Amino acid sequence: MGWLFLAFGIVAAFGLAALLRRAAMQLAPTEWRSALADMPLTAAFGLMVIAIYIFVASAAPLLAPFPEREVVGSQFQPWSLQHWLGTDRLGRDMASRLIYGARNTVGIAFATTALAFIVGSLLGLWAALRGGWLDQTLSRFVDALMAIPSLIFSLLLLTIFGTSVLTLILVIAAVDATRVYRIARSVAQGIVVMDYIEAARLRGEGSWYLIRREILPNALAPLVAEFGLRFCFVFLTISSLSFLGLGIQPPLADWGSMVRENATLITFGDITPLLPAGAIALLTVAVNFVVDWQLYRASGLKEQAG
Amino acid sequence: MTGEVLLEIRNLVIEGRAGEEWLRILRGVNLTLHRGEVVGLIGESGAGKSTLGLAAMGFARDGCRISAGSIRFDGIDLRMASERVKRGLRGKRIAYVAQSAAASFNPSHKLIDQYAEAPVTHGVMSRAQAEKDAVAIYTRLRLPNPEEIGFRYPHQVSGGQLQRAMTAMAMACRPDLIIFDEPTTALDVTTQIEVLAAIRDAVRAFDTAAIYITHDLAVVAQMADRITILLRGEEVEENDTRAMLAAPRAAYTKTLWAVRRFQRADQPPPREAPLLSVRNVSAAYGKKPVLHDVSFDLYPGRTLAVVGESGSGKSTVARVITGLLPPSEGEITLEGASLPPDYRARTRDQLRQCQMIYQMADTALNPKLTLRQIIGRPAAMYLGLRGRALEARTRALLEMIELDPGSFIDRLPSELSGGQKQRIGIARALAAEPKVIICDEVTSALDQIVQEGILRLLDKLQSELGLAYMFITHDLATVRAIADDVVVMQHGRVVEQGTKAEVFAPPHEPYTELLLSSVPRMDPDWLTNLLAERAATD
Repeated sequence: MGWLFLAFGIVAAFGLAALLRRAAMQLAPTEWRSALADMPLTAAFGLMVIAIYIFVASAAPLLAPFPEREVVGSQFQPWSLQHWLGTDRLGRDMASRLIYGARNTVGIAFATTALAFIVGSLLGLWAALRGGWLDQTLSRFVDALMAIPSLIFSLLLLTIFGTSVLTLILVIAAVDATRVYRIARSVAQGIVVMDYIEAARLRGEGSWYLIRREILPNALAPLVAEFGLRFCFVFLTISSLSFLGLGIQPPLADWGSMVRENATLITFGDITPLLPAGAIALLTVAVNFVVDWQLYRASGLKEQAG
Repeated sequence: MTGEVLLEIRNLVIEGRAGEEWLRILRGVNLTLHRGEVVGLIGESGAGKSTLGLAAMGFARDGCRISAGSIRFDGIDLRMASERVKRGLRGKRIAYVAQSAAASFNPSHKLIDQYAEAPVTHGVMSRAQAEKDAVAIYTRLRLPNPEEIGFRYPHQVSGGQLQRAMTAMAMACRPDLIIFDEPTTALDVTTQIEVLAAIRDAVRAFDTAAIYITHDLAVVAQMADRITILLRGEEVEENDTRAMLAAPRAAYTKTLWAVRRFQRADQPPPREAPLLSVRNVSAAYGKKPVLHDVSFDLYPGRTLAVVGESGSGKSTVARVITGLLPPSEGEITLEGASLPPDYRARTRDQLRQCQMIYQMADTALNPKLTLRQIIGRPAAMYLGLRGRALEARTRALLEMIELDPGSFIDRLPSELSGGQKQRIGIARALAAEPKVIICDEVTSALDQIVQEGILRLLDKLQSELGLAYMFITHDLATVRAIADDVVVMQHGRVVEQGTKAEVFAPPHEPYTELLLSSVPRMDPDWLTNLLAERAATD
């Protein structure tokens, strides 16, 4: 029964995505229509899922039936009308914590990825543009950081600096920025040798203008695609750190620690602890669908055909 | 020619995909080729010459389809033939020589390995035979050290040699038909001669039929027995080479013939002081010296052509002037004042005075910016124009380069043709209101009709604005058309300089003589006579 229900849910979600895509095509401004017209169904599904997550995360206090941190009943209650997904090992409402978890996990993942991208890509583009000793210094420093396995490195840093949400964001962003730096630099190295960059340099343009107006628009497509992938990885890193007890700290709800805290229930055939894991998996898949679509667009196939 | 018919193409229609539609690239073309005959295919870019050349092998590029007509090669219908049959023919009985040999060779295999591949695969020769045979063909194509050259990698031989090695490769199985797709377009004039002579010789010796695709009429006049002219996928005219050269019939053919006749009006000798002077400049890339004691002057309202083969240092001079490569000795002066050697040390006004137009418009324009942004930026930056003044200036610049501002201003470079892109490059240079414009091979990537348009435009702008041009080129026809003064360079030194009349009138320096005599002429006997002459003097 459960499997049938799941299959029906997926088909319904895709159907809804198709409908939404059609509606978006009617309403969108003309210059977006061609982009929407060749948007695959998977991308529409991905966008829809992401939109739902954003909605849930931002409207969490309105949607959740109970507060995030309050003990509202006895421990490990089964699913009921009052507590939709039962309660956890302290007696907090699972459904509410799942909804608040979206806010914490997704919000922190987004902030981390954004920070990693701003720092990593700007430094990468700058290094490619200036070359010479600046490029060498930055690149070798990044190489040194990348030589340390990322999970161990973040564990080390978190142990040193303690685990607050801010240090968590900064540490994971620092580790991820090294990867973004590498990609941004190699993409930009192909761009800075172009004659239009030489022309702009000879015009007397500064580095900031060159990065912003001449290089970034040409490097954007691969960076956007990478953003999606990085977002998934950050997500998984936060969840694994939480699972290890060094990520988002209780009593804040987050999906990784929710799995860990309630893992015992799985032994009794209760699937509730798997739901946060499922929420992570669904978002990861959705983001990757959108990333695939962006990669296709970035490869220039679309532009040539148009 | 009365030989047996080898290839017969009838009413060939080839379509290419553009989004949802199929556009016709060839619209019913006929072509007949006899054994041992060379047919020249001429047309602008986009005329469908290469598509027709590939169709002669029964091949259509990705995204293209053969939708009507017939291709018969020696009794085999190539449209109906299976891939297996066609694979058996290709490389063995029909061979192909591409425009860029450097891009067509696999860089990680030796020349001989790539030579032997076709005969061994098709079972024509054993590997040992093929190696022996390669030496014979390399000798025939006059490659230096024929015994040894096959054991080099593609990057270890020069461009002209590589192009001949590719021709040798095409001849490996002694095919009945070779398709040459612009084999000399990317080469210097002096190298071109060697390749042309070698190809013609080998084709005659083995009695091979050939389709020779080019946009250079003078080249095709040397190579082809008959010429077919294509325009937008349709045949315009077809005749024997001599007959067509003597009396072109179609109006389009006549315009093709007339292209080389653009000639800038003679200028009076310069009266003012030089605008920009290069004084005893030497420069090096790292430790490798590339320029030795180069000096010349640019005058307002005049065009200085810097001529030389690739590697002569002519583009390096431009890099020194713009400040990208600070010279090791000497200096650049602008209106009498010395310019800082590095562009980063120059003032904004000094940068503004000297603008550059690049050879490849594709890489010189940022593909993600609209023309409004590309042209508007220098005007905003140097002249401080904003809002409506900037808009008006951008539109005026588009009008100067003869593009309609209304329909072009918000386009991206990808929505323009090659010639239009080059015009945008000109507009961007003009937007800075410079005194000097350096044109680095600006016409060499364009076909002749478009070239002429660009040259006329540059000439018109020069007489309106009194600009000084420095025109870097290896094409002496362009020099004849547009230059007032000429500097001839070889191995980083100035070999000869003076006004155009002085440089082009005898007596010449030996190198100038070599360059001048290597420019193909529209005379079918030119190559034969030239080779005889050179053989006599050697």
